[in-house]
Amino acid sequence: MSAETSVLFDAPGPKARVRHRVIAIAGGLGILALLFFLIRALGARGQFTAEKWSPFLDPVTWTSYLLPGLRATLVAAFFSVILSMICGILLGMGRLSQLRPVRVACGVFVEFFRSVPVLMMMLFAYYVFLFGIQISGELLPLLGVIAGLTFYNSSVIAELIRSGVGSLPMGQREAGLAVGLTPFATLRLVLLPQAITLMLPSIVSQLVVILKDSALGFLILYPELVRSGQTLASLKGNLIPTFIVIAAIFIIINYLLTRLARYLERRLQVRGRGPKVSEFEELVSPSMAPGGALAAPGQT
Amino acid sequence: MLQGLSELLSEYNVLAAFWMTIKLTVAAAIGALLIGTIVAIMRVSPVAVFRSAGTAYVTLVRNTPLTLIVFFCAFGFYITLQYRIGAQDSPIDVQNFRWGVLGLAVYHAAFVAEALRSGINTVPKGQAEAARAIGLDFRQSLSNVVLPQAFRGAIAPLGNVMIALTKNTTVVATIGVAEASYLMKGMIEFRPDLIYVIFGIMAAGFVILTLPLGILFTTFSRRLAVKR
Repeated sequence: MSAETSVLFDAPGPKARVRHRVIAIAGGLGILALLFFLIRALGARGQFTAEKWSPFLDPVTWTSYLLPGLRATLVAAFFSVILSMICGILLGMGRLSQLRPVRVACGVFVEFFRSVPVLMMMLFAYYVFLFGIQISGELLPLLGVIAGLTFYNSSVIAELIRSGVGSLPMGQREAGLAVGLTPFATLRLVLLPQAITLMLPSIVSQLVVILKDSALGFLILYPELVRSGQTLASLKGNLIPTFIVIAAIFIIINYLLTRLARYLERRLQVRGRGPKVSEFEELVSPSMAPGGALAAPGQT
Repeated sequence: MLQGLSELLSEYNVLAAFWMTIKLTVAAAIGALLIGTIVAIMRVSPVAVFRSAGTAYVTLVRNTPLTLIVFFCAFGFYITLQYRIGAQDSPIDVQNFRWGVLGLAVYHAAFVAEALRSGINTVPKGQAEAARAIGLDFRQSLSNVVLPQAFRGAIAPLGNVMIALTKNTTVVATIGVAEASYLMKGMIEFRPDLIYVIFGIMAAGFVILTLPLGILFTTFSRRLAVKR
């Protein structure tokens, strides 16, 4: 946002520009001082010594800890995304169904899983697999993570689909019915493809949430990036440098995904199919709370 | 099943765990609102340095998993660097609680800032122009025209952040704060035979916590919505 287009401030005149420059210099120095003190505090406690950081130059650090951890995170996220998409679309269709019992059942399911924390669902799924179905070994934590993430995110995607269908012009549905399609065929062939395209940016943003939430697998011993990083850190005694590196990996991946989502959003608007921005935010923001997405907020 | 339920409730202090969840939520919400407001002000400031600092904060924090931020606070600052919040001699669980709250506050502040900013974005530019046109000065137009509308527009997204915050307090179970999901893990490990009842109780607890919050924020945002 540039100062010129702001609703809050007028375009600055010569006096204001001088004032802004003074504030900018003072504020910039203040921010730099803050960063300097933080870095000096870390340095004073020996967090920037070569011995703490040299493990990251060692290929073994990457090949046996960080990359396998990243792989585990991506694997969990990948399967969760695929399953959440499938379940989410089915649930979303269920919520739009002509049959009242189906509509109510899907509604209750979605509302319930949206209000229960992801970590609890992960723990529950993990222990059900462990005690109920008696799965054990390496697959167990992975299944727990995927199940927990899928429960939550399919509810979110179901809501995205529903609001996507809701934002389509009435004429789409009417036209479908007028050419003799059944209500279900109208939904499947006319409304759903458009709703999914429309919601693509939000769905990509939901990927960021899934990637971040996969770190909760830590508690059920899934060897994702944070846990493998912790193993590495306890071995080398460099917890803070390791966390900084892991945070950087997450930030880079998620930032790229956010950019992709924005690109898709802009492309849709250029093609004239996307809803107007204000309308879009209103529609989508309820499901985009932390854990949510784009410009509006997003669970862990 | 009813017998299992009463057994569980007499054996474990479910209410105490949820009380901890509520304490975490309220404390972290206050922190997040404070930090978030500062970041939001920086993000809409006319000074470019502040804008980029605010944007950097939001981008960095929002793309990092909450688990990692909480670990950074508890294992990094507290255990490794030996920084303590408040009284130096307070016990470990009190310190873990405080660091957990700080982590939650820092993380959700980014979302609070975005919610406030999206509230400001709901105000059309014509409102400010009209205010200046009828002769209000900068302060009057901001306090009488722009900000009241911006706050109303921010209620719904802020509500979403607060609901997410309530659910996200479960993440501090990873650093051993005895809140709801931590208790749930313990309960299931000791009573795997009652796993469905246990999940039912805990999930119901969160539905009870988040549902009224959602209804409250929706009602307020509808009632206070600016008709356009």
